[in-house]
Amino acid sequence: MESTMPILILALPLLTFLVLGLLGKYMKHGTAGAIGTASMGVTLTLAYITAFTYFFSGSPAFINTVGERLQSVIFNVTWLQFTPDVFDAAGNLVKAGLAIKLGFLLDPISAMMLVVITTISFMVHLYSNGYMRDHDGTPERGFQRFFAYLSLFSFSMLGLVVATNIFQMYIFWELVGASSYLLIGFYFTKPSAVSASKKAFIVTRFADLGFLIGILVLSFYTGTFNFTDLTSTAVEGMTDTYQVNIGTAEWIKNIFATSAAPIFMGGSVMTWALVLIFMGGMGKSAMMPLHIWLPDAMEGPTPVSALIHAATMVVAGVYLVARLFPLYLMETTALDIVTVVGALTALYAAMVACAQLDIKRVLAFSTISQIAFMMVSLGVARPEHHHAVGYMASMFHLFTHAMFKALLFLGAGAIIHAVGTNDYTGMHGLRKYMPITHVTFLIGCLAIAGIIPFAGFFSKDEILTAVFSHSLYWYLWMSIVAGLTAFYMFRLYFLIFWWKDHKVTGHHAPKDQPWTMTLPLVFLAIMSVISGFFPFGDLVTWNGHPMYKSMSVLTNLEQLNWFVASVSLVTALLGIGLAWIMYKNENPLPSRMRQFMPKLWDWCRNRFYFDELYMFITHKIIFNGICRPIAWFDRHIIDGSMDGLASITNKASESIKGLQSGNVQQYVLAYVAGAILLGLITALCVL
Amino acid sequence: MEIPMICYLLLSLFMFCCGLYGFITRKNMIAMLISLELMLNGVDMNFVVFNRFLFPGSMEGMMFTLFAVAIAAAETALAIAIIVNVFRVAKDIDVQDLTTMKF
Repeated sequence: MESTMPILILALPLLTFLVLGLLGKYMKHGTAGAIGTASMGVTLTLAYITAFTYFFSGSPAFINTVGERLQSVIFNVTWLQFTPDVFDAAGNLVKAGLAIKLGFLLDPISAMMLVVITTISFMVHLYSNGYMRDHDGTPERGFQRFFAYLSLFSFSMLGLVVATNIFQMYIFWELVGASSYLLIGFYFTKPSAVSASKKAFIVTRFADLGFLIGILVLSFYTGTFNFTDLTSTAVEGMTDTYQVNIGTAEWIKNIFATSAAPIFMGGSVMTWALVLIFMGGMGKSAMMPLHIWLPDAMEGPTPVSALIHAATMVVAGVYLVARLFPLYLMETTALDIVTVVGALTALYAAMVACAQLDIKRVLAFSTISQIAFMMVSLGVARPEHHHAVGYMASMFHLFTHAMFKALLFLGAGAIIHAVGTNDYTGMHGLRKYMPITHVTFLIGCLAIAGIIPFAGFFSKDEILTAVFSHSLYWYLWMSIVAGLTAFYMFRLYFLIFWWKDHKVTGHHAPKDQPWTMTLPLVFLAIMSVISGFFPFGDLVTWNGHPMYKSMSVLTNLEQLNWFVASVSLVTALLGIGLAWIMYKNENPLPSRMRQFMPKLWDWCRNRFYFDELYMFITHKIIFNGICRPIAWFDRHIIDGSMDGLASITNKASESIKGLQSGNVQQYVLAYVAGAILLGLITALCVL
Repeated sequence: MEIPMICYLLLSLFMFCCGLYGFITRKNMIAMLISLELMLNGVDMNFVVFNRFLFPGSMEGMMFTLFAVAIAAAETALAIAIIVNVFRVAKDIDVQDLTTMKF
């Protein structure tokens, strides 16, 4: 494949960011929006062509003779060379030196992510053209800046998924963090948005510290950053092999199995490296206990929440684990940790989502819960169960979740835009006013609840199948979470669109939004229906080996595990039924339920007091125990010694200032007196 | 009867001390200049005396003295020129009042 197109995929959003960021001030609002959207549209086309070429061209660069998909480096430029390459006498490369490269890697998951990111990003760009205006169509302040940031984010996210090595991934990982910070704090005159953006940045930075240490430990022992080395069956150090089979790298396994890789605090170095890398993923993907930033990140504009905090950036953690999955397979302890963290987070987030009043917070917690599903799915994936079906299920769910969660967020944005509040106690009964939003939102809810034939059904079914084949206990656990998911999503749906008639306040009744906002809704709704039929098992597997023999739109239906599928359908219907009874029409049942278990309600409503816990730890323990003493030491010992030196010098010079009188005669007197004294001393010594 | 060397030395010491005293105590710059000349002459005399009594065959002391006298003349001319100019600017040559250029 030529490298022009991949370069353009990265360069176009970056260029757009520069143009809009530097020249946006001198443009009309509409022009800036059109430039951003058009550029994203071109990127979308290029990404689709690239992904299509990768999956379906059958080129030997992408698929080998037995039909396994390969990891294929399109281009790779050396950015920093640490140790020189080793050549033999004939000038052939023997072992590549340690270097940080920037490049473009195509493999099943990066090609899939290209599609996800550009699709959602384009939809969000289009949507923002309508959303970032008030009811009369006047653009908001910072309209151009908003599009510039969106482009920056798209660039960073695309760079992240196509990274050829773990360091490039880390660089773009930080870039998405930075653009997320900028976009959460987009309304920087609002104190809550400012503190939310800082919170997001600090929490994820803290997690990235673990990520960085993990990278360093891993590369210290393996001597490479490249994914083509770390996760392929190719031999060591041959970074010139650009098309490799994905799989467990035997030589890395040997390094950790045979060499004196030390044991640290009960875990092998490999486990520690992978767990630390996973910590970075926990921060970005808002896994407990590092999830606290995501609900607050909803302070950003809703399209941003849809793009960054639902569909793309927050799944970067899942993507990271998936990217290094062959390494994780070497140390299943790390995978077990992934499973446990994911399962705990899934249940926690689902419980909290049942008690939130802010429409976007419900969606945020539902995102956390769904990402946890993907994590669990990765954690239980083992090659011995159906070619690691969990891996495929996780990526599948990532794909479908991106579609329906972006749909739900954009729908929520349309509602917020129409009603003017986030709190759904002020919504109710909107179905008559916003029919398109209503239908698309319902499709999104059905998809996330996992009702056949919507996308979520297939992906969640694959996940539950994978968990089922791993452990019955986690299967029950995740089924309960799936039921809760259906319940809280339909609680949200019924409270927004039913419950009671809408009381029209203000000048005009809420209505469907302009076409720029409804078109993405409709498109994503269609995607939420059809994406469940994509034969992911043939496209995305952990080692590129297709799972099914035939590939058709009915493959997923044929391959269903009907036991798991019917159980999850029943659970989902139970959840929806419960929500129906409780929230369809106004009734005292919910408040009675609340009074029945007030403690549980309080804990869920207050997110299990996690924020308070963090406040306690940071303010009471860290600030008082560490920061205050350090500040005291700094102010009194470090500053004090410097101040002391200065004041001593000052006092000394004050006291001898009088000597320099400028009076020549005094000097002469002193000089003579000195000379006489010296003479006397000399005389005394001589005599 | 030859006058002993010590008498010459005492005279030159007396001249030097007078000059020193005057230099330290006088405030008028001209007076200070005169005192300076007195000190210089005392030292000159020392040179001549030592040359005359200790090394009668050589002439270095005399030569140095002549040198010093010539330089003193040049120096006096320079100093007088400075003093005259200072007087033009400040209308005063009292050394304690000339404080304009102090820190």
